[in-house]
Amino acid sequence: MRTIFDYRKRNGTGGILPELDVPAKKTTDLIPQDLIRQDKPRIPNLSEPEVVRHYTALSKLNYGVDDGLYPLGSCTMKYNPKVNEDVAHLPGFASIHPAVDPELAQGSLSVVHKMSRLLCGITGMADVTLQPAAGAHGEITGMFLLKRYFEARGETQRTRILLPDSAHGTNPASAATAGFSVTEIRSGADGLVDLNALSGELDETVAGVMLTVPNTLGIFEENIMKITAMVHATGGLCYFDGANLNAFLGHARPGDMGADVFHFNLHKTMSAPHGGGGPGSGPVAVSEALVPFLPVPRVRLDRGRYYLDWEKGQSIGSMHSFYGNFGVFLKAYTYILTLGDEGLYEAGENAVLNANYLQERLKKTYRLPYDRLCKHEFVLTGKGIADGISTLDIAKRLIDYGFHPPTIYFPLIVHEALMIEPTETESRETLDRFAEALEKIASEAQENPDLLHNAPHTAPVRRLDQTRAARNPILTYPFGD
Amino acid sequence: MGYPAEYRYTKEHEWVDLDGTRAKVGITDHAQSELGDVVFVELPAVGTTVNQGDTLGTVESVKAVSDVFAPIGGKVVEVNSELESSPETINTDPHGAGWLVMIEVSDLSQVDSLLDSAAYERIIAEE
Amino acid sequence: MRYIPNTDADREQMLSAIGRFSMEELFSDIPQLVKDRFQPLGISSKSELEVRTKLASLTQKNAAASALSFLGGGIYDHYIPSVVQHITSRSEFYTAYTPYQPELSQGTLTAMFEFQTLICELTGMEVANSSMYDGATALAEAAMMAARVTGNRKIAVSLALFAHYRRVLDTYCWASGIEIVDIPTVDYRCDFSHVPSDVGGVIVQSPNAFGVIEDLADVKEAIGNALMIVAVNPVSLSILTPPGEFGADIVTSEGQPFGLPPSFGGPLLGLFATRKAYLRQMPGRLVGQTVDADGKVGYTMAAQTREQHIRRQKATSNICTNAQLCALTATVYLASLGGDGLRDLAMLNLEKAHYMAQQLSDLPGCSLLCDAPFFNEFVLRVPVDPKRIRDGLRVEEILVDDPAQMEALGVTEALRFAVTEKRSKEELDRTVDLVGRML
Repeated sequence: MRTIFDYRKRNGTGGILPELDVPAKKTTDLIPQDLIRQDKPRIPNLSEPEVVRHYTALSKLNYGVDDGLYPLGSCTMKYNPKVNEDVAHLPGFASIHPAVDPELAQGSLSVVHKMSRLLCGITGMADVTLQPAAGAHGEITGMFLLKRYFEARGETQRTRILLPDSAHGTNPASAATAGFSVTEIRSGADGLVDLNALSGELDETVAGVMLTVPNTLGIFEENIMKITAMVHATGGLCYFDGANLNAFLGHARPGDMGADVFHFNLHKTMSAPHGGGGPGSGPVAVSEALVPFLPVPRVRLDRGRYYLDWEKGQSIGSMHSFYGNFGVFLKAYTYILTLGDEGLYEAGENAVLNANYLQERLKKTYRLPYDRLCKHEFVLTGKGIADGISTLDIAKRLIDYGFHPPTIYFPLIVHEALMIEPTETESRETLDRFAEALEKIASEAQENPDLLHNAPHTAPVRRLDQTRAARNPILTYPFGD
Repeated sequence: MGYPAEYRYTKEHEWVDLDGTRAKVGITDHAQSELGDVVFVELPAVGTTVNQGDTLGTVESVKAVSDVFAPIGGKVVEVNSELESSPETINTDPHGAGWLVMIEVSDLSQVDSLLDSAAYERIIAEE
Repeated sequence: MRYIPNTDADREQMLSAIGRFSMEELFSDIPQLVKDRFQPLGISSKSELEVRTKLASLTQKNAAASALSFLGGGIYDHYIPSVVQHITSRSEFYTAYTPYQPELSQGTLTAMFEFQTLICELTGMEVANSSMYDGATALAEAAMMAARVTGNRKIAVSLALFAHYRRVLDTYCWASGIEIVDIPTVDYRCDFSHVPSDVGGVIVQSPNAFGVIEDLADVKEAIGNALMIVAVNPVSLSILTPPGEFGADIVTSEGQPFGLPPSFGGPLLGLFATRKAYLRQMPGRLVGQTVDADGKVGYTMAAQTREQHIRRQKATSNICTNAQLCALTATVYLASLGGDGLRDLAMLNLEKAHYMAQQLSDLPGCSLLCDAPFFNEFVLRVPVDPKRIRDGLRVEEILVDDPAQMEALGVTEALRFAVTEKRSKEELDRTVDLVGRML
């Protein structure tokens, strides 16, 4: 697949922008010679039909949720409603500059304010910031909030964050960015947080615990109330990673479980599209005690008018240029309004049903390390399918069956992990076809392992050489060579 | 590939080849096989002092990064700079040309706490 | 619920397949206490027509939508070619996930390779990541990277930064234990003779918050071992000497001008480029070229071992998503304009801004803040209360930045204007005329 740099060199066609309509001045009269660029950046000039064909062809090399099942665990690849897209593209929303006089942006400000109220309702927590631009961004926001909270209380000896060994990589990375050190708590044989291990670590040097609920095995922490109580008893706070909110959406609220900080992934649970890797939106909800530390500006309502409150007080400052990814949380807002309480409830229960249905069928062929009721996702292992066959081989072979592979090699506590999350927007028929494909692959692994080792065979490219990419990185188009 | 009887080993999969007071250190064949194709190695500066158990450096493959721990304490007197251009040597010859650092040992008695080849092979068999 | 394909009959069959009697049983693992505490939002579901109508009515309350904009400060009103949204609305692009399975993501990955290349060409740097959340967090990440690379946790920062860049920088530096030292301005430019000697990084913005183009020629030499970090305007890069040529170590920018609507401040596009020598210390996703099993050229995520999913607490950054679709938008935008078109665009901005600046400064009592060179943003000194002018323009549906922005930088009785290619001569003349009447 060629790049735009592979097209023949030519001059631009112009035609997108009009000619200059004010009297032109010599560039050197406006800018000193030594500040004027001498070289020409090697940006190609393609005609419009070429641009369109090029990117249309590229798009066809991709696989999106609109193409088929995307069972990535903890990613919640649910259907992206099109009405959300249309709303976000309305010129009345898209054209608004963030620094405009608030009087002229009452519509957008009301979205920020109302969305914040809805997210508080969904979490059962006191207040929310919409600034974080992604889940990981929400995590560091949460860690910064904890840091400020303890600073304000003079408890600067609290330098540690505890997290389970099943935690997503962003969790310890976020904690470290805020200057915390990280201690892993081992999971018990049941895959849940080992309470003894936890109590053994809890002391006054612990700022808090970072939990994913349900955890990355798709199992709900049944001792969640005990866990949060234990942490609170030693003066620590509880951070909940909300990546798996789809598991209990409409049925339970993290605020009721003892969460002090909770981040959303609106591009997961609330149907905003993943965009090929972003932009996301990761709002953070907090309990009453953390409200004073939320980022500025805050959007407030006073006698029917929305305004920006820049009063810094004890706030951590700002995490984003402006108010967060408005164009993304606008889509999530539209989704929540569409679903209402019944829709949120149905989303949660169908997500859990779909996952358990798949788990029940697939455990007959693949090893299920934790055989019990799961929530919206579950983890299998590729170990034991056949000698010399890895989870990677199985994943690549799934591509030949027309499915995007599930998450592989995560969580780390299961060797050769396959983490599967179907979401509620898949039909039973699709789930059956997916299970059938995995069953066929298991047989192929025994009878014809090379089919797996050399997979994929039918994708736009065959298996790519990662080692070569890593050893000799070519990160820009090789012009000179 | 066998595990040379004259070397000593750690549970963290490092090996030590002691010659008088100087110890050559590397990672074992088991470690390189678990890591996969090595793409990058991070080594300490010559002259660095390390205690037993400190992180010496890291070995990176495409999918993982492994810390290398100092099996014994001392001063780093030499590093294998070949690995900068050919990190794959760790895969092809982990016990020989794929060595990482040479340490001038400060406390030779620490060698006694290391495993012999038989004990190390037992450990990896159980993994 | 129309987004859920399964029917009651499907659910019944599935429940019996898993040996459960009711949907409620599926939540038996949640403590009863928690379930009892649950409270719904109190909102009913809505049809698509109702939702659409409701949201559209909110846009009626955005009076700014129909106004003429001279707003700037990092976010600008540029023309977005039609091609851009048609391409980025293709669902293969926007409903795809992060390209962890590269064989199914060559569309995204090829476009990202193009993006990285384009950013390097424009900034004059060796390597660029495939984007970050916005220009402000990209700058904050640059500060943290400079501290990592040099081992020195003190960063000197020009006072002539956009307020939002400084706000976010302050927060990130406080949290990660980096001390900020201010570099004062002289004649509305960064005073490089007053850069503290013992710092890990020096941050300067060009054009700066006053719209002034900074002279970066001697900076690198003057700052010793510190990393030179420059935050730029992306459109200006096609006609101004890029920071790479001045020896910059890291270049960041807010990429919104490359095809993204202002969208009330998000989603945005953080640009980040640096030297190849610092590759392993660089945050963010990187896409590299490789070959597949048949020797065909393909693209994949490279140097992932820096990232959170492998390094965890030792990662160079915790960043997971980038601003992928926004980076794709910028790529298609740049491909549509082409190198020549981008240059024309920058010239239109330059010329129109200078024309308007001339006309405005010819008004009685008005003058430009200084005679330093500028690109498409400038500050006008006015002889009356600038709020009055701003309010008066607003009545005519013309928008300029809040004078409080300039006041915060110590400049009173002034208004900042940003002029883009969208402003016709007629609009410029009309605005100048209106300002003249208010003096």
